[in-house]
Amino acid sequence: MTPLASAPGPVIPNFGGGPSSFACERANRLFCSDWVSANWSTVLWPALRQHIVLTLIAVAIGFAISTALALLAYRRRWLERPVLVVTSVLYTIPSLALFELLEPLPGLGLSRTTAEVALVSYTLLILFRNTLTGLREVPDEVRDAAAGMGMGPVQTLVRVELPLALPAIIAGLRIATVTVISLATVAALIDNEGLGVPILTAISNEVFKTELIAAGALAVALALAADGLLVIAQRLLTPWARVAAR
Amino acid sequence: MHNFIQALQFIGRDGQVPGAPPLPTLVHLTLETLKIAALGLGISILIALPVGLWLGHIHRGSFVAINLGNIWRALPSLAVLAIGVAFLGLGLRNVELALVVLAVPPIITNAYVAIDGVERDVVDAARGMGLTGWQILRQVELPLGVPLIFAGMRTAALFVVSTTTIAALTGYSGSLGDIINNETSYHLSGVLGAAICIAVLALAVEFVLAWAQRALTPRGLKVTGSQDVARAIVPVVTESG
Repeated sequence: MTPLASAPGPVIPNFGGGPSSFACERANRLFCSDWVSANWSTVLWPALRQHIVLTLIAVAIGFAISTALALLAYRRRWLERPVLVVTSVLYTIPSLALFELLEPLPGLGLSRTTAEVALVSYTLLILFRNTLTGLREVPDEVRDAAAGMGMGPVQTLVRVELPLALPAIIAGLRIATVTVISLATVAALIDNEGLGVPILTAISNEVFKTELIAAGALAVALALAADGLLVIAQRLLTPWARVAAR
Repeated sequence: MHNFIQALQFIGRDGQVPGAPPLPTLVHLTLETLKIAALGLGISILIALPVGLWLGHIHRGSFVAINLGNIWRALPSLAVLAIGVAFLGLGLRNVELALVVLAVPPIITNAYVAIDGVERDVVDAARGMGLTGWQILRQVELPLGVPLIFAGMRTAALFVVSTTTIAALTGYSGSLGDIINNETSYHLSGVLGAAICIAVLALAVEFVLAWAQRALTPRGLKVTGSQDVARAIVPVVTESG
């Protein structure tokens, strides 16, 4: 499905390849594993690590903000609409435009903060919606039972409603995390870190396929790994779901 | 704020920079962006919608249809574009190919879920009334699936518009992204002006599709609450796929 898979067998020579220190790069092979092993510790690994940090910070802040907003909107219904409108608009603005629009704002500029603000803004709609829906879908009988057992509103929220909403919350976290990992490659434009850096470098110094494929594949692998970890986290956090399924 | 005022002035000048040789106008680049995006979305819909609808109708291929959507989210558009350019070269056709690769999965997944999820009772009633498979799809499943089918197309449209502008980073010229990629000629005001145009374009596309969805949704299904605003953009996933 990807252009990679649909590439015709013989690779058309890339004109203007430039001098290169790697024989297989000069030969314009599909993938130059020598380059990857030589540049793993200086280029790819640091980029991957930065990418993980960028993602973790964005998802953590986004999660904190949107959970707070969802809890507020859960109690005060009128809040739902304005929050949805604002977060939908943020989500709709294309990443390239949002990064550039944030850059001239005071205190941001070409920095990690700018990248994080943009990445956080993309998580809000997903996390807010899923958390709120999860809370709303808690059956009324369960809530009544909690009240009947003498639980107050806070206790009901922490011990009954949030745990039951967990599958929806984690589903939101999965979408948000994978989305941020994918968008963080564009953040390299203003932040100059993460897996977008090798991609942009490979484009600007004559197109170098190995670097593109390596960085692109790492981004996809990171997204799939993060998704898998969240699935495992959900299994561990909701043991009752497994019991019920048996 | 000063920068934003200059950006608005840049938009007012239709993208011309004083003292610089004439550049493609902002209106022209906006229309080009829209054209590239519309073509990519159109091709994707033509490919993905029949597949998704048909799979949903026969209730087959759920694994493929749903996992396609999950893997799709992991594909960074910048990497897809860059790898496409590396192997196939620059050009409109290859950008369109990347757009289609990125836009097909959400349309298939949503169309599948929409049709597969139509209540069996309703379909059985239709069959009992003597409707053929084709009639059931057209007259029963399709109208009931409109909200979710559109959700997929709106997600895809957002992605296509945003990826079209990113194509400029990989060297493809002819969209609003060109201005962002060329700060030396256009200055910060031009970059900001282009970013505003891209944002407005994306919101306008979203607005038009939302309107089309409302117009096509059967009256009985229309939700009057605020719920459907965002549900269409990001369908809530409560079950792990």
